[in-house]
Amino acid sequence: MDAQTIIAKRIALELRDGMLVNLGIGIPTQVANFVPAGLRVYFQSENGLIGTGSVPEEGMHHRLLTDAGGRPVTALPGACTFDSAMSFGLIRGGHLDMTVLGGLQVDQTGHLANWMIPGKMVPGMGGAMDLASGAKRVVIAMQHSAKGKSKVVKVCNLPLTSARPIDLLVTELAVIAFPDGRATLMETAPGVSVQQVIDATEAELVVPPQVPQMAI
Amino acid sequence: MKVISLADAVALIPDGASLMIGGFMAVGSPEKVIDELVRQGKRGLTVIANDTAMPGVGIGKLVRARLVKKAIVSHIGLNPETQAQMIAGEMEVDLVPQGTLIERIRAGGFGLGGILTATGVGTVVEDGKQKVVVAGKEYLVEPALRADFALVNAFMADYLGNLAYVLTARNFNPVIAMAADTVIVEADNIVPVGLIAPDHVVTPAPLVDYVIAQG
Repeated sequence: MDAQTIIAKRIALELRDGMLVNLGIGIPTQVANFVPAGLRVYFQSENGLIGTGSVPEEGMHHRLLTDAGGRPVTALPGACTFDSAMSFGLIRGGHLDMTVLGGLQVDQTGHLANWMIPGKMVPGMGGAMDLASGAKRVVIAMQHSAKGKSKVVKVCNLPLTSARPIDLLVTELAVIAFPDGRATLMETAPGVSVQQVIDATEAELVVPPQVPQMAI
Repeated sequence: MKVISLADAVALIPDGASLMIGGFMAVGSPEKVIDELVRQGKRGLTVIANDTAMPGVGIGKLVRARLVKKAIVSHIGLNPETQAQMIAGEMEVDLVPQGTLIERIRAGGFGLGGILTATGVGTVVEDGKQKVVVAGKEYLVEPALRADFALVNAFMADYLGNLAYVLTARNFNPVIAMAADTVIVEADNIVPVGLIAPDHVVTPAPLVDYVIAQG
């Protein structure tokens, strides 16, 4: 299983029946491929859609039906559309049960940086700041390291996305939560030892005596 | 509401005007109006929109033609030409969180001076902004936004100017239609009055100043 699949499959286990969920661009989008059977999950696209479905069959797309990245999608039975004020009212107003976002860095107190690299990449925050501040639960899908450097850091040195800490970080190596504001190792990926996670992590990790394996 | 030709509608817009433009990554943008802005070479524009789309597409056409002096948007990541002009100091770009941007526009159209939002607290977005505490929670004061013109794309306009939108092309369109001095509509379809049922009208006709005639 590749890193992205491990992350997406594990995050899919966080889905519950009836949830309203927003998936960011990249690895988060793949979570929709692993919704557990029998669950109805409402996926929101912040460009104004609840009930976002998969990519349409060849030749069946509509130019006015896309996800927030501008890619053609389908709308599932029961879908609805709305304007951007409503869309962000859903996000800020406590109506969005979970957001899954990508990350550039997460630090040991759960702070997220995911919207710019000063001097290098200034794409704009889009909806990320509203999602990270407003969703009931913030889950980050992120590869553990980039170019051999841990992205799970002691303190974010990139600009923060929100002052509010995230709830859960899932990487291809581990699941990390932040009870009492401290990065805590909750699970390891299949075939990955606790020591391997510690070695790959710049942040100080709280390690409980028993660390289960991801049930993927 | 007046029916107007495309060329005459765009001729109303002076150089240096502020424009709110509908669309999200060019979905729901008034493409013909944008093409005409380029053809007439309107300069020094301030564009208030969700994003600057992609190079040469939607609002990206205005960027490519170097007509934009300032962009107030939430995202420029898919348009390297915007980033290049920003870095070269040729275009001022004010990046605003998307939810804050649309709500500032909504406030501008709804007679409010601004909004209070927790989005951006504790980030670089709060720099230079007033903060207030309400019921123990900290918020940023974000001022309302208005523009000289709203350039709206609707799926349907009836003969009176009632508007309906479809799918994900609604986005900023009905909100900007409330927040500008002059509202110009490019409709994909012009239909008889009554075809849009009263319950399905999203933008009421009295808000619309001009509907562009089919070419």
